[in-house]
Amino acid sequence: MRRGGGGSERVRRRQELLLGALGVLLALGLCEAVGRAGLVRRDYLPPVSEVLTRAVELAGDPLFLDGVGATVRAWALGLGLACAIAVPLGLLLGSVPVVDEAVRAVVEFLRPLPSVALIPLVSLLLGSGTETKVALIAYASVWPILYNTVYGLGETDPLAKDTLRAFGFGRLSVLLRVELPATAPFIAAGLRISAAVALILAVATEILAGFGEGLGIFIAQAGLATDGTRDVLAGVVWAGALGLVINGALVWGERRLFPWTPEHRGER
Amino acid sequence: MLRLDSLGQGYGDHPVLHDITLTVPDGQLLCVVGPSGCGKSTLLRTVAGLLPVREGTVSVDGAPVSGVPDRLAVVFQDYGRSLYPWLPVRENVALPLRRRGLGRAERREQAELMLERVGLRGAGRRYPWQLSGGMQQRVAIARALVCRPSLLLMDEPFGSLDAQTREDLEDLLLEVHESEGATIVFVTHDIDESVYVGDRVVVLSAGPGSRVVLDLPVGLPGKRDQIATRGLPEFVALRAEIGRAVRS
Amino acid sequence: MKRGRAAASRGALLRWTVLATAIAAWQLTTRTHPSVYFPPPTDIARHTHTLWFSGPPTHAFLTPAATENILPSLARMTTGFVIAAIAGIALGTALGRSRRAHALCNPVLQFARAVPPPALVPVFVVLLDFGTRMQVASIVFSAVWPVLINTADGVRNTDPLRVDVAAVLRLNRTERLRFLFLPSALPRIFAGLRLSLSLCLVLMVFSELLPGTANGIGFTLTDAQSRSDLLTVWAALVLLGALGYVLNTVLLAVEKRLLGRGDR
Repeated sequence: MRRGGGGSERVRRRQELLLGALGVLLALGLCEAVGRAGLVRRDYLPPVSEVLTRAVELAGDPLFLDGVGATVRAWALGLGLACAIAVPLGLLLGSVPVVDEAVRAVVEFLRPLPSVALIPLVSLLLGSGTETKVALIAYASVWPILYNTVYGLGETDPLAKDTLRAFGFGRLSVLLRVELPATAPFIAAGLRISAAVALILAVATEILAGFGEGLGIFIAQAGLATDGTRDVLAGVVWAGALGLVINGALVWGERRLFPWTPEHRGER
Repeated sequence: MLRLDSLGQGYGDHPVLHDITLTVPDGQLLCVVGPSGCGKSTLLRTVAGLLPVREGTVSVDGAPVSGVPDRLAVVFQDYGRSLYPWLPVRENVALPLRRRGLGRAERREQAELMLERVGLRGAGRRYPWQLSGGMQQRVAIARALVCRPSLLLMDEPFGSLDAQTREDLEDLLLEVHESEGATIVFVTHDIDESVYVGDRVVVLSAGPGSRVVLDLPVGLPGKRDQIATRGLPEFVALRAEIGRAVRS
Repeated sequence: MKRGRAAASRGALLRWTVLATAIAAWQLTTRTHPSVYFPPPTDIARHTHTLWFSGPPTHAFLTPAATENILPSLARMTTGFVIAAIAGIALGTALGRSRRAHALCNPVLQFARAVPPPALVPVFVVLLDFGTRMQVASIVFSAVWPVLINTADGVRNTDPLRVDVAAVLRLNRTERLRFLFLPSALPRIFAGLRLSLSLCLVLMVFSELLPGTANGIGFTLTDAQSRSDLLTVWAALVLLGALGYVLNTVLLAVEKRLLGRGDR
């Protein structure tokens, strides 16, 4: 029974925002100080101001932007492919228990395999082009979506299903009208996890491939240059910003689409 | 002795309690009734030291309350949340004994004794969620009593129990009150219950800024009995008077 | 969902039959249509055995190739995971207890978590050079965020009534931590640990795949890839899959043991 009287909630939120900004400034200041203090060689760890300047400069570099574009394209393709596989498969597994039982063992053996370990095999099979990247991203992103879809179906309110059945709707109709909408928030949460995993895989395959175009390739090549740490870190800033934007957009979308769900649902 | 002296309380610019003055002598069982939302719980939380006093003073045995006073215990309505679900019943009850510097075996023994006292012999190893609601609230009462508090606060403790369980626990409370002799402040929205268990009933007005509108001693003859007492003409008269005060 | 014992064992039977059938089908297909890229399962199994598990009994049947590659990988991973878990839980608890500290650190944490960890590995290579230190640092730095953020959220979301109860029972700081905040955050902590564990495995392999490493399971993989030794590539995959499965199962068992008691 704690009531926030009118404006106090807003005051609190503003205070938190200010503190967060202060935290960012402190972190930047700390990095800058470490960079300037000469604890580490300056070309090893440049001050954060130089890194940020470089990151901003890169925004005007068409070659770099093409690379980022290639990475995002592979990311989107792989994630889309994963969705196209995982959602129908998850609905099938979640609604037909026999199929679920049958493939459970296969899934349990494939899922824990660290996906980056597949990079050498898939590179041998498909070369080191976009196909490899997309295939690996898709493989890694399938699991969270699949898992959440099956889990979400299990959480559907049986009463809602029975109600529809009682009105004479068929199995498929119940699946589409009740279970799919009820599962959608879980699928979305899985998609958000997969989006992060997909970005990891995109960057990892690019770094290992070492040539072509992409954000990871920019980072890998800068890492090989003698004083390339500034560029590597600028690339990291871009990668982090990309991750933040993707995550932010998905969280925003989830809030808009499924305002009724409690905030912490499914696996994070 | 518990004293409230022109106590005022509120959240932000929203007043909840206004100018409450009350003296509760040692050993009294005081019931606080009022329409829902009138600030009964706020009153209790203030006495417990969970909310800072805004106006006036609250003192226990002459010392002003700041922070949770010594030898105070609280029983909340929501037993499902107030008991720690990850601890077995016995550990839940033994938790407050840590303050007393007792050894593990002794803590356990006292907890078991208190569980027996509230009618839960042998339930010590089970987890709260394995017990019924009434049994869980018994555990909460055992946990409150295990430190022999001189002041026991109860916030609608039987509000979410079914009628039969509720009557059993009311009788348990009376029995415990008689044997332990603690001062008890019992908040409830049930007028019948307040007359049945209380030595005295205080009625708060509807908020915002609730105040005391009625302060009534309950002088019922004989030992309380769920059937006989509730049929007494004195009981019916008291209930009517309090009911009118609550509605006014 | 409650099911009878018979149904459960029927399910298990079905599960293993399907798995066995899948492997048998693979075996048959590769025997009739041999492919360099997909060697038959029996060959992979035999190769895995000779490569790593045909050593003398005095070395627990491990071959030198196993002790030189598998053990270092495992050591790096466990060190990284343990450091990340301890640091994440400790810092997360501290942040979860203070609203201000949490507000202060939250944006920085969100950014740190959003960075895809492999992107940072080249930075650690420059700072620490190739070798175990760089690898452990990469693992810790990627695995610490999920534990930290989940722990902080779990501690922050502790039921306020339970916090009041702790105040009324006059529990001191350590007692509150032990009897209230940690148990109540435990489900979230484990959700974080599960994510961290899979990140640890990914980063272990990734940091070993980079040119410049001298040993490890990841090194075995790249080495075999450069020699187009598909059998070894597959053997390493099987090993990593099994490793991931075992580690996951162990973590789940620990979680079940710790969480099984309280219904939350």
